[in-house]
Amino acid sequence: MLKTAWRYDHFMHLDKPLLLGLFSLSMIGLIVLYSAGGQNMDVVLGQASRMAMGFSVMFAIAQLHPHYIARWVPWIYTAGLILLVLVLVMGDISKGSQRWLNLGLFRFQPSEMMKLAVPMMVTWFLANRPLPPSPLRLIIAILIALIPMLLIAKQPDLGTALLVGSAGMFVIFFAGIPWKLIFGAGALLAGAAPVFWYLLHDYQRKRILVFLDPESEPLGAGYHIVQSKIAVGSGGFYGKGWLNGTQSHLEFLPESTTDFIFAVFNEEFGMLGVLLLLSIYVFILTRGMYIAMQAQGTFARLLSSSLVTTLFVYIFVNMGMVIGLLPVVGVPLPLISYGGTSLVTLMANFGLLMGIHTHRRLLSN
Amino acid sequence: MAARQYRQRFILTDTVRENTLFMNRIIIAWVLMLCGLSLIVVRLFVLQISQHERYTTLSENNRVKVLPLPPTRGFIFDRNGVLLAENRASYSLEIVPEQVEDMDQTLTELTKVMSLDEVDITRFKKQLRQKRHFDSVPLRFKLTEDEVARFSVQRHRFPGVDIASNLNRYYPLGASGVHAIGYVGRINEQELEVIDRANYSGSNHMGKAGVEKYYEDQLHGKVGFQQVETNVMGRVLRILERTPPIPGQNLYLNIDMSLQSFVENLIREERAAVVALDPNTGAVLALASMPYYDPNLFVNGIDPKAYRELRDSMDRPLFNRVLRGQYPPGSTVKAFVGLAGFEYGIRTENSHTQCRGWYTLKDQEHKYRDWKKTGHGSMNFHHAVEQSCDVYFYDLAHDLGIDRLHEFMNKFSFGRKTDIDLPGEMGGLMPSQEWKRRVRKAAWFPGETVITGIGQGYTLATPIQLAVATATLSSHGRFKQPRVAFSLDETSTDELSVVATPPQPKINLRQENYWDVAIHAMEAVVHGSAGTARKLGAHSSYRFAGKTGTAQVVGIKQDEKYDAKKIAKRLHDHALFISFAPLDNPRIAVAVVVENGGSGSGVAGPIAKQVMDYYLLPDSPLHLAPPEPIEHSLTRDH
Repeated sequence: MLKTAWRYDHFMHLDKPLLLGLFSLSMIGLIVLYSAGGQNMDVVLGQASRMAMGFSVMFAIAQLHPHYIARWVPWIYTAGLILLVLVLVMGDISKGSQRWLNLGLFRFQPSEMMKLAVPMMVTWFLANRPLPPSPLRLIIAILIALIPMLLIAKQPDLGTALLVGSAGMFVIFFAGIPWKLIFGAGALLAGAAPVFWYLLHDYQRKRILVFLDPESEPLGAGYHIVQSKIAVGSGGFYGKGWLNGTQSHLEFLPESTTDFIFAVFNEEFGMLGVLLLLSIYVFILTRGMYIAMQAQGTFARLLSSSLVTTLFVYIFVNMGMVIGLLPVVGVPLPLISYGGTSLVTLMANFGLLMGIHTHRRLLSN
Repeated sequence: MAARQYRQRFILTDTVRENTLFMNRIIIAWVLMLCGLSLIVVRLFVLQISQHERYTTLSENNRVKVLPLPPTRGFIFDRNGVLLAENRASYSLEIVPEQVEDMDQTLTELTKVMSLDEVDITRFKKQLRQKRHFDSVPLRFKLTEDEVARFSVQRHRFPGVDIASNLNRYYPLGASGVHAIGYVGRINEQELEVIDRANYSGSNHMGKAGVEKYYEDQLHGKVGFQQVETNVMGRVLRILERTPPIPGQNLYLNIDMSLQSFVENLIREERAAVVALDPNTGAVLALASMPYYDPNLFVNGIDPKAYRELRDSMDRPLFNRVLRGQYPPGSTVKAFVGLAGFEYGIRTENSHTQCRGWYTLKDQEHKYRDWKKTGHGSMNFHHAVEQSCDVYFYDLAHDLGIDRLHEFMNKFSFGRKTDIDLPGEMGGLMPSQEWKRRVRKAAWFPGETVITGIGQGYTLATPIQLAVATATLSSHGRFKQPRVAFSLDETSTDELSVVATPPQPKINLRQENYWDVAIHAMEAVVHGSAGTARKLGAHSSYRFAGKTGTAQVVGIKQDEKYDAKKIAKRLHDHALFISFAPLDNPRIAVAVVVENGGSGSGVAGPIAKQVMDYYLLPDSPLHLAPPEPIEHSLTRDH
C-alpha cells in the first residue's frame, strides 16, 4: 500500500536516459552526414527535419498506454498483411523490386510497418495464455511471423524479410521455449541451407559468393566490401579527422550516406570514435533491457525485450556488413544512416519502449 | 472449490516460473549482445590497428575510379539531309570547390583574367549550394579560344579551377522550324527524378520541347564508362578500361526545310500557324508557328531577362500555335458537318433548305443570322459549302443533335488529340451533352447545337487538328497519324529504320461516294462561280479544294455590324483556311490560321495557295525570291 506513494518522475512519458542516448546519436549522425554527403547543408537540414519528425512520432506513441496499443494490434497486423499483398499485386517498382505502395499523396512501404506489427502480433498472441506456450500455439506464433516474412522476401527484399522474421522469433525466444527446440531448429536450418540457396535470386547468391571472397571481383560486386574495408582500415586508431576522409570524397565508397555511412565514420573518427559510438549503443541497449525487466505484464515485457533485440540486430548487421563480417544486406545504422522511412519506424520502436516504461505504475493491479 | 483453489495455485506458480524464465532469457540475450559487439570491436582492431598500414597504403594508392562517358547526341536532319541540330565543341571554366581555399578571392582574381558578369556569378553560386564539394561546378560557358589561351598561361595561380571541353547542342538554322524541332536544355531537378540516372550520369542536357523531347531516348544514346587511374586529388592519370558509349541515333524529319522557311517568310509579320501534311503518308511537310524564337538561347540556360521578354511578349513567341492554339474552327467545319448529315441519313445530296438570312428554333425569338443578310435562297449541300451558307448548317446541326455531331466529328480528330509525334499537344473541344454536364455542370441547350453546326460556340480546334481533318477528307478516310519524324538511322549500322506510323483504321462512310460529294463542294469554294474563295482558284494551274473560316474574337450583338476599321487589330476575327491539292491525287493538305487576320479568303487563303504552289510547282518563281508578306484586306467573309 505504501508503494503507491512512491512516484517515478517522468516528464510527458519520456524516458530521460533513452532520450539522452537517442539525442547524442542524432547529433553524431548529422555531423557524419555533413561529411559523407559532400558538405551539402541541404542534405543535413533535410535529415534533421526527418529526425524531428521521428522524435515527434516517438513522443506521440509514448503517450499511449500499452493496454490501449494491445487492443489495436490484431487490426494493425491484418492491415499490414493486406497491404503487403497489395504491394505484390500493384506496387511501384523501384530499383528492381516492388516495395512501395503509391497512395497518391505519398509512397508507403508496408514492409517497414511490419517491422513493428509482427513482434507486436506474436506478443499479443502469446501473452494471452501462461508461458511457455503449448506446441500448437508455438506453431501458430511461428506462422504469424513467417507469412509476412515470406511476402516481403518475395518483393524481393531479403534484408527486411530477415529483420521482420527475426523480430517475431525473438518474442518466441523470450516467451521461453525450451533450448532443445532452439538448437534443434538451428540445426534444421543449417541442414536446409542448400535448399535456400536454390530459392535465392541470382544477385543475392552473388552477394554471398562475393562476401566469401570479395577480392575475386574488386571492381565488380566485391567493390563495395573492398572499398569499405579500405575506408575502415585506413582510419586507424585516431581517424583521419572530420571532413578528411578520402574514400568517400573521391567517390570510392558507394552508398556513403546510407548503408555504408559507418565506413565514413570509421575513416574519419577511427577506432576511438567507434568505441564512443558503440558505448552509446550499449548504453541504449542496456537501458532497453532494463526497461524490459521492469515491465509489468507479459505483453509489455515480451514486446519490449524483442524490440531491443531487434535494435541490436540492426546495429550488428550494419556494422558487420561494413567491416566485412557479414554479407551486404540493406540495413541502415540506427539514427546515423541517411533516410526517412526506417528512421520513423525506429523512433516508433523507442516510443513503444518509453510508453511501456512510463505507464508502468498504472499497470499494477 | 478444491479444483478452483488448485487452478489458482497452478497459475500462481506459473507466474513465478514465467518470471524466472523471462529474467533468465533477458540476461542471456544481453550477454549475447555484448558478445556480438565485442566481435565487432575485435574485427575493428584487426582492420584498424593490426592491418592499418596495409589499408593506409591501399587508400593512398586507391586511384581506380569509374567515370561516365556521355554519348554524343544524335543529329537532326530534314527530309533532304539539311542539318537542323548538331553538337559543337565548346570550352567552359569549371571550379572544384573543395580545392579552392578562398572562393571570393579566386573569383575576384579570375575577373582580372577573363570577363565574368553578374549572371555568371549568381548562377555559379546557386549551383555551388546544390552540388557536392568535390564536384566541379561550371562558372562560365562558351570561352573564346583567346580566353582559353589566356587562362592556360595563368592556370598555376588558380588551384581547383580548370577548363573543361564539352559538346553543346547547336541549331544552325536558328529559329527556323523551332516549334517542330524544339531544343535541349540543362536537366532540372524534377527531370532528375524521372530519368534513368545511370544513363544520364555524364549528360547535362536533355530534350525539352519538339522532337528533341519526343525522341529523347533515341537521340540521347547510351552512356559508357571508363576506369581510370587518378592521383590523390582525383585528376585522371591513365585509362585502364573502357566501355564506349553508344551514340544517339540521327533523326531524319519529314519536314522540308525549304518549304518550312518559305512558309515562315510568308507569315513573318503575323501571329499565325501553318501546317502542311502529306495525306498519303501522314508526313508533316511544314509546321510553322509565328512568331518564333531562337532555340540556341535555351541550350545553356537562357538569361532571365531575355526569357522574361520572350515569355511576356504580347505576341507569345514561345507558344506553339500549331499544337496548342485552340481556335473556334468556324466555317471550316461545314463540309464535315454536311457529311454527318449524309452518314446519319438526315440529308441527301439533293435535300434543300430555304435560307432567308436567318434561322429560328421553334417557339423561340432568337434569330441565328446568316452572314448574308438577304439570305442564299434554296440551298443543297454543294451550294451551302460553296457559298458557306450558315442557315443550311444551323438546320442540319439541329436535326442531327449534338451527340451525333460529336461522335462523327471525333472521327476526324475534332475534339481529340491527333497523336502527332510532338509533346504538349492540346485536344481542342468538340462539345457533347455529357461534356457540358461534367465540365460546366449544366444542361445542354438546343441553341448551342445550332451554332456548333458552323464551328462556333464551344467548339475549339488546333491547326494540326484542322490539317488532319482535311487530310482525312482528301484521302477518303485513309489518313494515318501525322508524323514529324521520318526515320532514325543507327550510326553504328548505317541502317535506316523508318519511324513506324501506328496503323489507323480507315474511316468508312455509309456510301463511298459521299467523300467525292464533300470534296467537290470544297472544290466549288475555290473554282465555283459563287465560291467564297473563287479568287484563289481563278488562275490556278491545278485544281484544288478549300474552305474558308472565320473565328470571332469579340461577340457581335444581333443587328450590329462588324466594322473592321473601327475595331482595334487585336480584336479582329481570326482568319482560317483549309485546303488540299491536287484534286484527283492529293499530295498536300494545308491548314492556316492567322490570328486577327480578319478574312479567311483574303488573308489565310492566299497563304495556303502559295504553300501549295511552292510544293507542287518546283519551277514556280516562288522558289527564287523570298515572298512578300501579304497585305491585309479588312473584309469579313465565310
